[in-house]
Amino acid sequence: MTKDDGEMVEEQKKKPCRFWIWALSSVLFRLILISYAGNLNLSSRPEVSTPLTSIRRLAEGYWLKQASMSPYAGSMYHGSPLLLSLLGPLTVQRIKGQPSHLFCSLVFVIADILSAILLRGIGKKLQMAYGLNARLLGRLKSPRDKAGILPCGDIAALVYLWNPFTIVCSVGLSTSPIENLAVILALNGAVTRRVPLAAFGLVMATHLSLYPAILTIPVIFLLGYGLDAPPLKLFLQTRNVESGNRSSTSSASKQAKSKPTAQLPFLWKTVVHFVFWALVWSLCVMVLCRLSLSKHGGLEEMFKRTYGFILSIEDLSPNIGVFWYFFAEVFDFFRNFFLIVFHVNILFMLLPLAIRLKHRPCFLAFIYLAISSLLKSYPSVGDSALYLSLWALFVNELADMKFSFFLFCGYLGVSLLSPVMHNLWIWRGTGNANFYFGNAIGYACFQIVFVVESVSAMLNHDRALKKCNPNHQKVKN
Amino acid sequence: MARTVLTWWIPLLILQSFLLAIAFGSNEVEEEFSESLLLKPLPDRKVLAHFHFENRAPPSNSHGRHHHLFPKAISQLVQKFRVKEMELSFTQGPWNHEHWGGSDTLSSMNAKPVGVELWAVFDVPRSEVDTSWKNLTHALSGLFCASINFLESSTSYAAPTWGFGRSSDKLRYGSLPREAVCTENLTPWLKLLPCRDKDGISALMNRPSVYRGFYHSQRLHLSMIDSGMLLEQSLTVVLQPDTVYDGKDLQPSWSLSSLFGRKVVGKCVLAKSSNVYLQMEGLAHPEAHTLLKNEEFELSIKPDRTLRETSSVLFIFDIDKSSDSEPFDLSLTWKLPSKWSCQQAPLHASRFLMGSGNERGAIAILLKATESQDKLSGKDITNGGRCRIKANVFQIFPWYVKVYYHTLQIFVDQQQNTSSEVLKKINVSPSADKMSSGMMEMMLELPCEVKSVAISIEYDKGFLHIDEYPPDANQGFDIPSALISFPDHHASLDFKEELSTLPLLSKFKDKSLVRSYTEVLLVPLTTPDFSMPYNVITITCTVFALYFGSLLNALRRRIGEEERFLKSKGKKTGGLKQLLSRFTAKIRGRPVESPSSEPTAAAQSSVLSSKLLFKIILVAGVAAAWQYFSTDK
Repeated sequence: MTKDDGEMVEEQKKKPCRFWIWALSSVLFRLILISYAGNLNLSSRPEVSTPLTSIRRLAEGYWLKQASMSPYAGSMYHGSPLLLSLLGPLTVQRIKGQPSHLFCSLVFVIADILSAILLRGIGKKLQMAYGLNARLLGRLKSPRDKAGILPCGDIAALVYLWNPFTIVCSVGLSTSPIENLAVILALNGAVTRRVPLAAFGLVMATHLSLYPAILTIPVIFLLGYGLDAPPLKLFLQTRNVESGNRSSTSSASKQAKSKPTAQLPFLWKTVVHFVFWALVWSLCVMVLCRLSLSKHGGLEEMFKRTYGFILSIEDLSPNIGVFWYFFAEVFDFFRNFFLIVFHVNILFMLLPLAIRLKHRPCFLAFIYLAISSLLKSYPSVGDSALYLSLWALFVNELADMKFSFFLFCGYLGVSLLSPVMHNLWIWRGTGNANFYFGNAIGYACFQIVFVVESVSAMLNHDRALKKCNPNHQKVKN
Repeated sequence: MARTVLTWWIPLLILQSFLLAIAFGSNEVEEEFSESLLLKPLPDRKVLAHFHFENRAPPSNSHGRHHHLFPKAISQLVQKFRVKEMELSFTQGPWNHEHWGGSDTLSSMNAKPVGVELWAVFDVPRSEVDTSWKNLTHALSGLFCASINFLESSTSYAAPTWGFGRSSDKLRYGSLPREAVCTENLTPWLKLLPCRDKDGISALMNRPSVYRGFYHSQRLHLSMIDSGMLLEQSLTVVLQPDTVYDGKDLQPSWSLSSLFGRKVVGKCVLAKSSNVYLQMEGLAHPEAHTLLKNEEFELSIKPDRTLRETSSVLFIFDIDKSSDSEPFDLSLTWKLPSKWSCQQAPLHASRFLMGSGNERGAIAILLKATESQDKLSGKDITNGGRCRIKANVFQIFPWYVKVYYHTLQIFVDQQQNTSSEVLKKINVSPSADKMSSGMMEMMLELPCEVKSVAISIEYDKGFLHIDEYPPDANQGFDIPSALISFPDHHASLDFKEELSTLPLLSKFKDKSLVRSYTEVLLVPLTTPDFSMPYNVITITCTVFALYFGSLLNALRRRIGEEERFLKSKGKKTGGLKQLLSRFTAKIRGRPVESPSSEPTAAAQSSVLSSKLLFKIILVAGVAAAWQYFSTDK
């Protein structure tokens, strides 16, 4: 046992080294790109900056605020007033000879690094839980088999750091790295069971971009039931056959072992704790927003200009989603109907997914984020960057996902074609809007396939666990 | 008998005379109409003709609802919408500030932006100003056969605070740069004149010659003054006299009949005064030109009066004497080549777009020093020893031009300037999408020796809903002219002789703000595919149906059970079927067949038929019930 541990420690020592080298090189790569940011002109690309995340609009909001006007005057800024106070002063800071908004891009790089570190923390926990559950189910006989388990935390963090989408977002000065950081913070807090942190992350993420509000469900599951684990039935079956004597840290397995009920115990206390903290944090956020907007409009104005703007899809400028073109073309009479339909589409799927995947709350969070990025009013590649890196957390489970190569090619193709089509339509005038819209439709389709395949791969994985379980047959008999 | 009649008549007579006295007494503030025409040769071989009609009415309550000369339509506007001051102009063609003048009264008052421009000050509570404005636009739209009603929407007008040169919070300003101006706008305008275009100076307005000009601007200015209403109507045209180029650098000679194809046969009988003025600028010997004939040019009619001004000479002609037999046909014949230049505004303003593509761009306003500025920097040393030019910039942005005000940059003599040095004051009201237009007012204070000032501001182009595009969407959208005014400079004619009884002259004597409008900008916007709405709706909905269906399917699916189900289906028949087969077997008195063995063909057929029958009955029942309930309601 000690020998094994020693080997593992050595391995772990080696791996962090490699991880940090890659992480640092990604930061270096970003810094190099930032120094050429002026030439890349990424900040005006519709794929990168949406009306909600564009730094130019933020700078405009800051300018209006400095000119003692409401930052929401006009239809330029639709973000959070807190973000304005944080990033606004940085938009005016200039160093001679350096690209403008240098400080902002540094903030985004830092946000990216933090997100990666937090993701790594989530991944480590998930990896441990996976290994533990596998041993509990008897799939892994000895700790040495752990070598077969991929270090999903490192992978996810590196996927996040090296994803071209993330790089483009942080270099292109979109505020989505900060939104992503808030989401990852919430998940990290829930996974590591730091309730105030989870509540803070969730409240901030909801405040910044509304859609993460649906993450309340997975976060409550995480706090209530514990980490991702195979369905409870399997554990019960396993225990019926051989009363296990393994130590465990994962709360789910612990609870499953200690109580011989078919129901997984729900930790009401933690959840109530979480709700309390969420209320506290949202109160704080409200008070801060109220203070920063006290002279102009107040909170009502803020909700109208941020959440109202998200829900009513007023801005029809092109992005990688499909709604802009849909609402530019749809007859005014049906506008409200389709607005409701599209928004409800997200909500409709919450319940079925929550029922089917309640034993895997982290995965549920990933699916929710993917769905919301698919059905968002103003999506950008920053949202894709987030769910793609969360997807990498489940490399062990989703190892035999179908169409992965096809999807990879699809994402690659869409991200290459999108600038081409945009150029043809907007700059050259040789193409028309359908070119770009077709691309957006393609992107939506790939995302749909991605979501559906991830879900079915996860369900298949659970099924496979059931089948592979050596006790499965015994129990049946 | 006769005595009684007399006693009866005397009070009546007294009453009558009393009534007459009242009527004559009110005639002290009678309605007045006067007409005048100013002709002015321009340095670039063109002639400017400025028709000016003035109509005064006493306060409306003294005459009730009736007017003799004043147009009733206008007085009703005033009464209904409580208009305090209003100006409406229809313009075609750009004003050439370089050659036609930039700082004289004529140009600062009559050089208008292309299309329709309307501004009005109301005498109503502040909350009702917008409603009054909307009603006024509709009324004017009907009155002048123009699409002024488009100014009704809040996206097309603005409420300037100080940049327009008039500070009032009840002022509304709007302009339609795309409006085509034609005779259909001129005819209703002429209808407001008491003599229309039948008699007097307005008879000169021959449509083909008026619309052939390089510049054409008809203006209607209404103001409430102490003595009632004042309606000024003026038409400014810049015409090119038809002459053959003779090789000498002579200015073209012209006459009224050659310019307009018509002559003045007499004054409008309703007009109090009817004058024609000829303004000559830049003459070599202003003293010598009081004569009818001189070595430089020759006039066909002897002027009644001659006025001298600092830089020009004004000949005044009275057309009372003209008649059918002896029409008034003023002609000017040049004898010597003559060159002069116009008074120019301190800075010449122009505006242009920067950038390409349909995503974003920048608007730049360029102020360039003119010749007049050298004089300024020489003489005008006030303001603590440093000479300064003040310039106000007023600009309206339609909402689909989304301006980033934080990108405002000011370059003085091609050096980027920190704003506070030059920019003294700025007032911005940003545009809200589909709600209101944006407005920017800037006060610049520039050193007099400045050569050029460039103001640039970046914008993003908006994307509109398919219904918001005009029929010719690919032509582009117009951004209204910017207005540059110089608050420290006032244009006025400074006559040496004291003579201001004539309406046009008294108007010219008033100090007016020097202002110049820039060009209208054409911004092309991207268009969606106008033929696509159904395709877009169906394709998008299909994609979302795909999402919903496939995800739900993936969640619902239980592969293990499906496999089991498939296996069991191969093994045994359904429970009901089994039961039925047992039942039939019992009836027939045969032993029950084992479920694994094949049932007989007869049993199978009977079972199938009974099931089919059941289904048919069920469907029929449902249909009947449906029919019953649907017809019932």
